[in-house]
Amino acid sequence: MKRTGIAVRLAVLILACSLVILTGIVWYNYVVSRNIIISQDEHTGAGLAQATSARISKVLYAVQKVADSIAYTLEDAEISPKLIDDLGRRVLAGNPEIFGTAIAFEPYSFDPARLYFAPYHYRSQNRIASTNLGSRDYRYFHMDWYQLAKELDKAIWTEPYYDEGGGHALMCTYSVPFYRQVDGKRTFAGVVTADIDLTWLQSMISEVDVYDSGHVFLLSRYGTFISSPNPDLIMNETIFTWAEERGVPELRDVGRAMVQGKSGYRELKDLPGVGDVFLYYMPLPAENWSLAIVFPKDEMLAGVTHLSHTVAIIGLAGFLALAALVIFISGGITRPLRKLTVVANRVASGDLDQKVPEIRTRDEVGELATSFKTMKTSLKEYIANLTTATAERERIESELRIAREIQMGILPKLFPPFPERSEFDVYASIEPAKEVGGDLYDFFFVDDRHFCFLVGDVSGKGVPAAFFMAVTKTLLKVVAERGLDPGPILSKVNADLAAENESCMFVTLFLAIVDIETGETRYANAGHNPPVFLRKGSEPEWVPPLNEPVAGVMEDMEYSTKTMRMEPGDSLFIYTDGVTEAMDGDRNMYSDPRLLELLGTLGAVPAQELVTAVDVSIKAFTGGAEQSDDITMLAMQFHGPLGTNKES
Amino acid sequence: MFRWGMLWIVFAVLVCPVSARSEPPRRARLVLQWYAQAQFAGYFVAQEKGFYTKRGVDLRIVPGGADVLPSDYIDSGKAEFGTMFLSAAIEKRGAGVKLVNIGQIVQQSALMLVARKSSGITGLPDLEGARIGMWGRQFQVQPRALFKRLGIKVDVVQQSPSFDLFMRGGLDAVSAMWYNEYHTLMSYGLDPDEMVTFFFSELDLDFPEDGIYCLEKTWQNDPAMCRAVLEGSLEGWRYAFAHPDEALEIVLKRMRKQKVRANRSHQRWMLARMKDIILDGAPQPIGVLRRGDFERTKATLLSNGFIWAAPEYKQFYKGPTQ
Repeated sequence: MKRTGIAVRLAVLILACSLVILTGIVWYNYVVSRNIIISQDEHTGAGLAQATSARISKVLYAVQKVADSIAYTLEDAEISPKLIDDLGRRVLAGNPEIFGTAIAFEPYSFDPARLYFAPYHYRSQNRIASTNLGSRDYRYFHMDWYQLAKELDKAIWTEPYYDEGGGHALMCTYSVPFYRQVDGKRTFAGVVTADIDLTWLQSMISEVDVYDSGHVFLLSRYGTFISSPNPDLIMNETIFTWAEERGVPELRDVGRAMVQGKSGYRELKDLPGVGDVFLYYMPLPAENWSLAIVFPKDEMLAGVTHLSHTVAIIGLAGFLALAALVIFISGGITRPLRKLTVVANRVASGDLDQKVPEIRTRDEVGELATSFKTMKTSLKEYIANLTTATAERERIESELRIAREIQMGILPKLFPPFPERSEFDVYASIEPAKEVGGDLYDFFFVDDRHFCFLVGDVSGKGVPAAFFMAVTKTLLKVVAERGLDPGPILSKVNADLAAENESCMFVTLFLAIVDIETGETRYANAGHNPPVFLRKGSEPEWVPPLNEPVAGVMEDMEYSTKTMRMEPGDSLFIYTDGVTEAMDGDRNMYSDPRLLELLGTLGAVPAQELVTAVDVSIKAFTGGAEQSDDITMLAMQFHGPLGTNKES
Repeated sequence: MFRWGMLWIVFAVLVCPVSARSEPPRRARLVLQWYAQAQFAGYFVAQEKGFYTKRGVDLRIVPGGADVLPSDYIDSGKAEFGTMFLSAAIEKRGAGVKLVNIGQIVQQSALMLVARKSSGITGLPDLEGARIGMWGRQFQVQPRALFKRLGIKVDVVQQSPSFDLFMRGGLDAVSAMWYNEYHTLMSYGLDPDEMVTFFFSELDLDFPEDGIYCLEKTWQNDPAMCRAVLEGSLEGWRYAFAHPDEALEIVLKRMRKQKVRANRSHQRWMLARMKDIILDGAPQPIGVLRRGDFERTKATLLSNGFIWAAPEYKQFYKGPTQ
């Protein structure tokens, strides 16, 4: 696996975080400024629309007033063609914004002989002309300007239309119904109209500046374009047909809101020929027209976009500077670490003489270098000490081994020890534990008739136990050869051992002397495990314990002597607690009952076979597990004075 | 027989190409019911693409308008051919103008009544006492027959082309042509689901509309020319249906020439609806006046008292047989 350095990780993490923060700042800045601009433009749009609408309404309102007052005048004036003619001329002379005015009467109501009577005054080549409307081809009663005012019984503005007679100007007519008293009843008598040319309105609207490519458009009450920078739309398209033709359904929604007289501000995506725009619209309530201001989004947000670019560039420059700084600093921190690592690797491979690089920084890395230096020195000293100590220990171990060999060497190892004697058979074995232990056994003739044999176990381990054991063995032999009984022998030995025993060591002992002529066996026991007596033809049995204490502790102990009789073929099996306390891998003990059971199966076998059989059984039980205690066994089989048993 | 046959072949080979080349194209005029619009796309296209010329007719199209009555034009000799509603033509014939139908273009009635859902009108009985906007006589036959059949009284108001009075709530319902005013209402921002519609074609008053007419005399003098005019027109319609965008361009050009409001989406809608009512389920325009349609229209006119006298099918119809 490839290792990633601290410097690299540090740099990547810090820079990634910085990039996220930076992007967040730029984005937030853009969104907030954008929203500010958008909401500002809504106000701008509202202001612009209101100003424009006020200018339009002012003119239209003036026209309305004129027509309204004529209608009012007609109500009770004595009407003559002369009066009407004067009225028409005066109106046109005094109101330059009015293109033409008509007073259209109901059929036969002005003159019972005339179906049509509608004097019309209009401007023609800088003078005022007049005509009479109405003919078979122009039944004005069914024209919007007449019919709407009559049927709706109120003053109305017609939808804009192109003047067919004049200079193809876009016109719009204001119509007011007027009434006369007929038989005392106020009855609808006709309609007064005022036509205005909307060219001024179109040019006024086209002069409103909305950024470079923004514009204002005006819709009639049914969504027909009255004014738009695109001349093909004017009077040819409604906002709905345009939305249908250009496939912009959102525009139809806007159009419905507009013709319903609502005002609003909304974003439109991808408007054909303009792109994304914001649209502010508001109604002109008197005429049910609707004015819309189109803000091209690109231009609106050009300042914000520019600002965001600048912020992004500054941010990027800062980011690059930060990147350089982070790389420099993290490199400075990790450079000494890398040097230390090289040295540490060499030290690890055993070269303690490596010179630790000088790092003078007063920080954690400096401390690490100092600690490392100290560690290296300590390690060197420790290794030197360890080498000395190891040599010392090896020497001691070697001496111990020799002591052990000497200790073992003082135990009789030659079997059969008395090949010329046929009255008995003796065999012993010792399996030393890893540590030096204190088990002992011995056998010798006290005199020609009496054969002494013993097994002991010194408390503790190590060299003191070995010495104690050697002393005990020597003492026993010296004392026993004086011809004493086993009890006095132990008493004497105990006294001698206890006299100089300041370290409070002790030894358990079982000592027996057999009269090889008679088989009479006298024995004493100083706290040793009871031996097993194998009487020929009977079950093995414990030699009854005498419950007397271990030797070497109390100077004045007296040990008693017991007597038993061995018949030819009988055997005595003496052992140390290493036998019954031998453990298997699970720390289970070999135990007394197991020993007794094994011995019961053997019968009267020679001493060596007996010891070997027990040894095999123990080994089978422990499964080779290392033992902590010496395992010592001694077997003596009595054959009788003439070796009868041997022959039989 | 053999000799005569040979002779005919020789005659045909020698004479026909000469006569086709030498004879000058016959001049004729076709007067339309109304201002230029997609309702007449087939005739404009046929003229533009030379479908009349290649049949030996130099046809001039006389645009219609509010003050143009095709039957008067034909009667007075200002035009040889004209398009008219079947009901209008039967009526004129009944009144003595010797008109004959040389081909029926529109097979179905596009006339309808439209009301606003918000006015509370949901079914025909709701029209009782309603103020209904209507045009002139020929558009009133079906509505009046319907009201008579239903036994309801309505207040008929002469309506202007702008539909302004209806839009401002001055009328409860208006009569409209499916291909024209219905879309105009949509272009005023009314959604189809805001309107209630009653189609006469679905009310057992399905009168075929535009057909091509001339005087009986014209037919008798030059039936070949009459057939050429019909076949050229049918080819024009076929072409218009197959190439709607090109046909639209031709129509819009004519409209601009006649200085009438030219709205592309409106004309697109109109052409599509013309296709519906001309084909009436058939794969191609057939140009046939079906006897059943004629008899139904005539019977309605007579029984509602619009006319007292009416021509026989055979006298009246000179177009192709089914």
